[in-house]
Amino acid sequence: MTKKFETICITTGPTEYSDYVTLNIGPIHPAMHGTLRVITKTDGETIISAKPEIGYLHRGVEKLGENLTYTQFLPITDRLNYCSAICNNVAYEMAVEKLLGIEAPPKAQLIRMIMMELARIADHQVCVGILGVDLGALTPFFYLILQREEIYEIFEWHHGARLTNSMGAIGGVEADLPDRFHEKWPKLRDSIRKANDETDKLLTHNRIWMDRTIGVNAFCGDDALDWGFTGPMLRACGVRRDLRKDEPYLMYDKVDFDVPVGKHGDVFDRYMVRMLEMEESIKIIDQAYELYKDFPEDAPLMKKVPKIIKPPEGQIYHAIESPNGELGFFIKSDGSDKPYRIKIRPPCFMVYQAFEDLVKGEMISDLIACLSSINVIAGELDR
Amino acid sequence: MNLKERVKDILGDDLLVMAEFRGDLCIEVPSKRLTQVLARLKEEGGFDFLSDIIGIDNIDLYVKKAKKGKKEADEKEDVVDIGPPPPRFEVIYLLLSLSTNERLQVKVSVPEDNLELPSITSIWRAANWPEREVYDMFGIRFKGHPNLRRLLMWDEFQDHPLRKDYPLEGKGEERHLDYDVA
Repeated sequence: MTKKFETICITTGPTEYSDYVTLNIGPIHPAMHGTLRVITKTDGETIISAKPEIGYLHRGVEKLGENLTYTQFLPITDRLNYCSAICNNVAYEMAVEKLLGIEAPPKAQLIRMIMMELARIADHQVCVGILGVDLGALTPFFYLILQREEIYEIFEWHHGARLTNSMGAIGGVEADLPDRFHEKWPKLRDSIRKANDETDKLLTHNRIWMDRTIGVNAFCGDDALDWGFTGPMLRACGVRRDLRKDEPYLMYDKVDFDVPVGKHGDVFDRYMVRMLEMEESIKIIDQAYELYKDFPEDAPLMKKVPKIIKPPEGQIYHAIESPNGELGFFIKSDGSDKPYRIKIRPPCFMVYQAFEDLVKGEMISDLIACLSSINVIAGELDR
Repeated sequence: MNLKERVKDILGDDLLVMAEFRGDLCIEVPSKRLTQVLARLKEEGGFDFLSDIIGIDNIDLYVKKAKKGKKEADEKEDVVDIGPPPPRFEVIYLLLSLSTNERLQVKVSVPEDNLELPSITSIWRAANWPEREVYDMFGIRFKGHPNLRRLLMWDEFQDHPLRKDYPLEGKGEERHLDYDVA
């Protein structure tokens, strides 16, 4: 082992912790999701402290936004949470629409809803699949990732891209649901349910899975709210909060769905919340599709917006429920064709800052389980 | 009682400006009283959730206004008064009430010669990283913050990138990677 390599991997801590070992995990490590880095102090295998270091994927998205027009910024939002780019696109489009004081036509809203829920299913499938891989269960990952591929096929038919979607435009969506969607969806729904069922059978009552997840980094609801948690992380702690129910946008108030809530806030509850949310998303898509069918084929999909968008002076904040939680865009306009300031509120930023509280006193291997269950996406964390 | 009246009732003299745009309510409060105001909004107003903290550099707005004023003055051949420059920076706290689902933007001004604000990490622990980010990007120091270091940029970085006078392409800084952590 060369000296340089040794200093990267293991160094002894400062004098006051002379008995503890400082272990540096990341930024490039197979079990770290993206470029994350945690500096842990360990006593044997127990974590005494864990300090996350972020910024390795910082690309200055907010600075870029100030130098691009409103339409040009849309493709950049794909690169935030790249597991569910459509949710970022729609969140940004809706923020600009709020700034302009317009609303997308109802048919476009339904298409957005269907696509966003598909993206939510894909995001949760990746999260659950990777959580399994990190804990040594490789098989569910294959079941889930196969279905994700089918969902991406629908995205490709609709707007031509699989991962960096750039779906829609300010004022609506560019295209109607593809013709093939109508035959595809009933089959896909059954296969997603089947894959989830298989995953459930493989994991939920598996003795090893239960040992590795139940009671691991349990978190209480009050602490979670104090730290600014949102989304599945907060719901796993037993707080019923979902922006789709609490501050309904698009047509979420016209569909009927449940909000799954956990109890202990541990890794198992986060896994269960995500699994149940996929089923709710399928229900939402079914209902939204029924509503969609009532519209004539030539119903408008775009609101009339000028080619060069110049919103009036003012500032707004608009948030939606992305798969990870509250994703908000704050936009300040000075009346020109470029935003004066764009601030993105990524959901996992708030969760990841409580990382030390989450993993203190746990084992190193539970740190990896915790990281996968949070679903930290470096793209939206560092922006 | 609607939100505006309730906020007026709670804050009294601490409320400087109240503005509404597209249904978003934004209030301005004096920066010296920031901690007290936010604590009262949390206790009495029911705004129990901190969504985010946002820094804004307002210098370009004034530059634009000055240019417009000069153009107007040239046309009229007269002096147009555009007023003194406003405080350069402002910081906005996004609050949310979990019981009523109302949102509120609380704004404080930060002049360039006194870049300091009280930290609110004692009220919400969620303010920890957002305050570090505002310090990193704008150079506003938060008094009483437990660990005020740069968050997204590296520690040796000198500038504050989201200030309007920092160029988009950067100034050619390089990070020297030497891993002598011991």
